[in-house]
Amino acid sequence: MNRGGWFRRSPRSKAAADVPDGLWIKCPRCEDIGFAKDVERNLNVCLKCNYHHKLRAKERLALMVDEGSFEEMDAEVKALDPLGFPDYGDKITRARTNTGLTDAILTGYARIAEQSLIIGVADFAFMGGSMGSVVGEKIARAMEKGVKDRLPVVLITANGGGARMQEGLLSLMQMAKTSAASARLGQAGVPYIVVLTDPTMAGVFASYASLGDVILAEPGALIGFAGRRVGNQDLGGKLPDDFQTSEFQWRSGQIDRIVPRKELKETLGTLLAFFAEEGVHAQQTS
Amino acid sequence: MLNKHLDFEKEIGELDALIAELKHLSTDPSVRADAATKQIDIEARIAEIEALRQEKLCQIFSNLTPWQKVQMARHVERPYTLDYLRILFQDFLELHGDRINADDAAIVGGLAKFGGQSVVVIGHQKARDLKERQLRNFGSARPAGFRKALRLMQMAQKFKKPIFVFVDTPAAEANLMAEEEGISRTIALCLQEMVLISVPIIVVVIGEGGSGGALGIAVGDKILMLEHAVYSVIPPEGCAAILWNDRTRAADASDALKLTAQHALEFGIIDEILPEPLGGAHRNVGEMAETLREAFTRTLAELQRYSADILLENRYQKFRNLGMWDDPALVLPETPKPRRTRTRKE
Repeated sequence: MNRGGWFRRSPRSKAAADVPDGLWIKCPRCEDIGFAKDVERNLNVCLKCNYHHKLRAKERLALMVDEGSFEEMDAEVKALDPLGFPDYGDKITRARTNTGLTDAILTGYARIAEQSLIIGVADFAFMGGSMGSVVGEKIARAMEKGVKDRLPVVLITANGGGARMQEGLLSLMQMAKTSAASARLGQAGVPYIVVLTDPTMAGVFASYASLGDVILAEPGALIGFAGRRVGNQDLGGKLPDDFQTSEFQWRSGQIDRIVPRKELKETLGTLLAFFAEEGVHAQQTS
Repeated sequence: MLNKHLDFEKEIGELDALIAELKHLSTDPSVRADAATKQIDIEARIAEIEALRQEKLCQIFSNLTPWQKVQMARHVERPYTLDYLRILFQDFLELHGDRINADDAAIVGGLAKFGGQSVVVIGHQKARDLKERQLRNFGSARPAGFRKALRLMQMAQKFKKPIFVFVDTPAAEANLMAEEEGISRTIALCLQEMVLISVPIIVVVIGEGGSGGALGIAVGDKILMLEHAVYSVIPPEGCAAILWNDRTRAADASDALKLTAQHALEFGIIDEILPEPLGGAHRNVGEMAETLREAFTRTLAELQRYSADILLENRYQKFRNLGMWDDPALVLPETPKPRRTRTRKE
């Protein structure tokens, strides 16, 4: 795998290669060219090397939740350009047009294996899935609804951009905001499950994405703290080949399980059922 | 040897040198005699240059660009956490270690007295000479540093002591070891747990507020910031690298990022800007410390009026509400009309 490579490649050409609208699809890792239909049928996982292609938020939802159960919330929350950051306005407009989304995350009510939950799904195609005010706000609202409705919260990350620099400090503060909301979920005893997918970096990995009661990851995803172009420092001797991947983070104790895409829904169902069961003290307290 | 003066400070440095030279010459009797015969008043000349210096200082420092502020925040002579600690607090007893396997010198912390009151103090620590810089890892904390900080905060909560936090870091450490030790999770945990610490937390950004590494210990009830300090989501060099593939365009990136204290106040991210002595905190550490003392005393008195519940709710809401977005679905409640029946009853 071209580790850390997504930032070096032109994100645009990469995204174009990912979209399986042609007859053929080329795997960015093993460069195998396969029938788009076959790859799609395999949940967009490379038949040859098991590379998990990036999924659009809606594709992800279609795979993960019970059919027709997703009910979007806060769909109209839109980004502003509070800093007047160079090209941000244009980038947002272009991302909206290209993705059909208002920002880099969809949140809403859904069911998995007939169990109700609140789900958030990030979309890398929208400015690298970076977290600005809108993403932070939608996550905080989703978590607060989780507390209010006592529904488990599942967040599926795909936030290569970390905190969105075009909103400056306001983006940085979304790390504190989402982590604060996560604290309330914890206090309320509402389960919080994170699924890390390719890529999850920086400000997102260093906030809500690391706070799940259970943290799962898809195989081979890029997951880490510092993007390669942000720091110019020597990252410390020879880096392992799988530096900043799911496997590396699992080995470092940061992830509970690496779950292949085809088993994800089932695993989430099992987890939700586990948490839904009344605990040992339920009868005494109620 | 380190160049002590930034480019835009050079003129001041030259005038300083000139003043020093004149003062030195004026102690030489032969020079004085010579000056007297030529009717030159050395003292008047010195005073003249000092006035010019003052004027230059005003001129330069009232109009610093964002990039100049970044340089100020990184100034080698800028006072660091321990410099303020020595002046502002008494009986500082440093405590060490994360209770797992390390002590990170990039974050210092311990017990102290502030105005006679027992408090806990935590801060990033940078250093000036090469050896100590390496020891302090240039103020870039590793997971052990954040764990130590959180441990001390939880101890402060246990014994109901207020917490003072000094922020001054380029960024959290991002090397292989930090990644293996879970730097992301450690920062995330600090962010999550700090909203639950039920004692007053007063944060001051004294130099560089470097993204997650800064925020990781900066979730407080009041966030203060020195006039020429900076606070940013990403180092300007990194931002320039991403935007323009050119790290040297850091000045442009500094403009774009709106990383100054003045902007942070405008966006509601900090509560107060503390003015620095003319020419920056390093030109008069004592004066800067007194400004801090006044702000700390006042802020602590204000926060101590709140019960733990209200303190925590306010802190949650403070961070919960940060950000700027457009929500067409948001309907503000109408201003309630005066309820006539009730007023009649009264």
